[in-house]
Amino acid sequence: MKEKILINAHIIDPSQGMDEKGSVLVDDKGKIKSIGKNVKKTDAPSAEVIDIKNYIVIPGIVDMKAFVGEPGFEYKENFRTLSQAALAGGVTSVVTMPNTKPIIDNVSMVDFIIRRGRDKASINLFPCASLTREISGKEMSEFGLLSAKGIIGFTDVIKTVQNTETMARIMDYASDIGVLIMQHVEDYELSKNGCINEGEVSTRLGLGGISYIAEKIIIERDLSLLNEFPCRYHVNQISSKESLSVIKRNKEKGLKFSVGVSINNLSLNENDIGDFKTFLKLSPPLRLEDDRIALVEGIKSGLIDVIVSDHTPEDEEGKRLPFAQAATGAVGIETLLPLALEMHHNESLPLAKIIETLTINPANILKINKGSLKKGSDADICVFDLDEPWMVNGDDLKSKSKNTSIESRKLQGKVQMTFLAGELVFKS
Amino acid sequence: MAVQKKTSAIKSSSYHLLGIQNLSILEAKKILEEAKTFISLNRSPSKKLDILRGKTQINLFFEPSTRTQSSFDLAGKRLGADVMTMNVSNSALKKGETLMDTAMTLNAMHPDIIVIRHQDSGAPNLLSQKVNCAVVNAGDGQREHPTQALLDALTIINRKGKIEGLKIAICGDILHSRVARSNIYLMNMLGAEVNVIGPKTLMPSSIERLGVKSFTDMKKGLDKCDIVMMLRLQNERMQGTFLPSKREYYEFFGLTPEKLKFASKDALIMHPGPMNRGVEIDTKLADDINVSLVKEQVELGVAVRMACLKIYCK
Repeated sequence: MKEKILINAHIIDPSQGMDEKGSVLVDDKGKIKSIGKNVKKTDAPSAEVIDIKNYIVIPGIVDMKAFVGEPGFEYKENFRTLSQAALAGGVTSVVTMPNTKPIIDNVSMVDFIIRRGRDKASINLFPCASLTREISGKEMSEFGLLSAKGIIGFTDVIKTVQNTETMARIMDYASDIGVLIMQHVEDYELSKNGCINEGEVSTRLGLGGISYIAEKIIIERDLSLLNEFPCRYHVNQISSKESLSVIKRNKEKGLKFSVGVSINNLSLNENDIGDFKTFLKLSPPLRLEDDRIALVEGIKSGLIDVIVSDHTPEDEEGKRLPFAQAATGAVGIETLLPLALEMHHNESLPLAKIIETLTINPANILKINKGSLKKGSDADICVFDLDEPWMVNGDDLKSKSKNTSIESRKLQGKVQMTFLAGELVFKS
Repeated sequence: MAVQKKTSAIKSSSYHLLGIQNLSILEAKKILEEAKTFISLNRSPSKKLDILRGKTQINLFFEPSTRTQSSFDLAGKRLGADVMTMNVSNSALKKGETLMDTAMTLNAMHPDIIVIRHQDSGAPNLLSQKVNCAVVNAGDGQREHPTQALLDALTIINRKGKIEGLKIAICGDILHSRVARSNIYLMNMLGAEVNVIGPKTLMPSSIERLGVKSFTDMKKGLDKCDIVMMLRLQNERMQGTFLPSKREYYEFFGLTPEKLKFASKDALIMHPGPMNRGVEIDTKLADDINVSLVKEQVELGVAVRMACLKIYCK
């Protein structure tokens, strides 16, 4: 491929503390050759020139939690539709979840998923395998063998290892071989029969509630274990203020772990459920406005490391049911960045902080060479207009499923171009 | 959200009877006024009218019910409607599919009104989006049972002349009770002061936000109350331990003549039924016609449901 130079760019790259107007030069192998205010068109006279028109240029987004649907749930999402949705949202690297059918818990499944992804996907895929075999919470997966095949992390996605002894063994074993454990934090006994936050809304709607204690107690337990068995441990998603206080106490103590939050929990609260909107049935559930504000603060203070889309495609049949029976989850990979930009526009977070949680932070946790535009990195680039107003319309989304949690929401900021290894793969 | 959706939501709330929460005070009073006119009719030898002649009423019961179902059945028939009752067993079909599939099927038969009881909160709301006729909620999960609250209100008005200014206690398993929720909304709306009394484990989260005072002590909670509504312990909805024993529950929360003395001198007792005698209420007290309104509740239930059918069956 030909060299490219992206001129008139406002570059924000938290991995190198860069926030300046300049250009990005991409070499003929799709790597960043040089970047910044000192890069001039004259540096590469033969390069193809792309005028960025003062839009913002950031590293391609790394989404640490998305569900593909392949194999087994192709009617919800496949590699092709996920790729299109991701690229339209400026996401170039996606960590995929293993709760497919069959579950990704053995070496042959990993071969399949990697081959299939290579053939059908047009993004960087980083597959996870299940933490326990068949997501049963009983026996640990083959961490070593699966890692050697290219598995990036281990998670039971929407399930939590309930048995403390099992979890202790997993962490003990994982601490030795250095694999990443990504835990969904929920005590089933406390959350059973629950489908939304326990409080006034659950009382009014007559729905079973999930107390914040169900989340907090597992975080407390796992962090106690982590103290004994220091492995690479990541909390997939937190939803409440109370969980943050536990995280704060442990991070201050010097314990090393990382924490994620879903964009949904940062931009919605339980009142948005209104009159049984099943698209807002999420796990962890939406909680109080106080919790939402605390989570935003948690990002600001660095207690929360990453924002994920928690992209969970569900077809209409699964959602058109009485609330308690309806499927859980919402699509979100395409709207991840624009929705996150709300926190910049309403002045609750600095723009660079938002970008950091979407790029270099997840890349560092995953130990992948992504999320950065440093010289020599892959030229995965997201270009967006910070101000363009638009309204979310589920039917226009590229994902195969249309269950967006923010239907008709007015957003400000839209992705204009996405580059993958230097190739322009999406243009608005 | 979109403007278009908002207007449809406003339309639907008065088109269907989904819950007291969606009802305005005017709508509630209209139902009660209308119901009063049916009380004497129901006591007369000739009970049949033809207000709903030619209309089709379908009672769709996903949960077993004796009194609500027969009450709606009779109410429709007395107004001259063609009434069909369907008892949909859950074991036969997969949940959820049943509701939507049945809704589509029934809708094709052009009913004028569907009365639904369902074990899931919000099921009537979902149904109302899928059919072209009015939907009346006959109890959904733990959310609402609007006609029960309306008949309770009518019973109180019939005896006490009014609701405004009364003090009403609702006692027992508040957590699992849709009757309690509907009554809290309605009695508050009509100007009563509401106390809820029950063990902490059977009290819903943030219940005070619904505009009530909550108590765990019958003596304090019943103080100066004019009406004492007892609720059934819904053992079938309880998974895991909520109470040490029925014996202990009766000791602290069962309504006995002694505990009734904490309330106002002329306090009256109500119960939505079916009763667990000797668990939440002393059996003699339940049958004492001087203080118990239980039979009257059932009687006026038919009048209230006739009023609802007349108003919503357009």
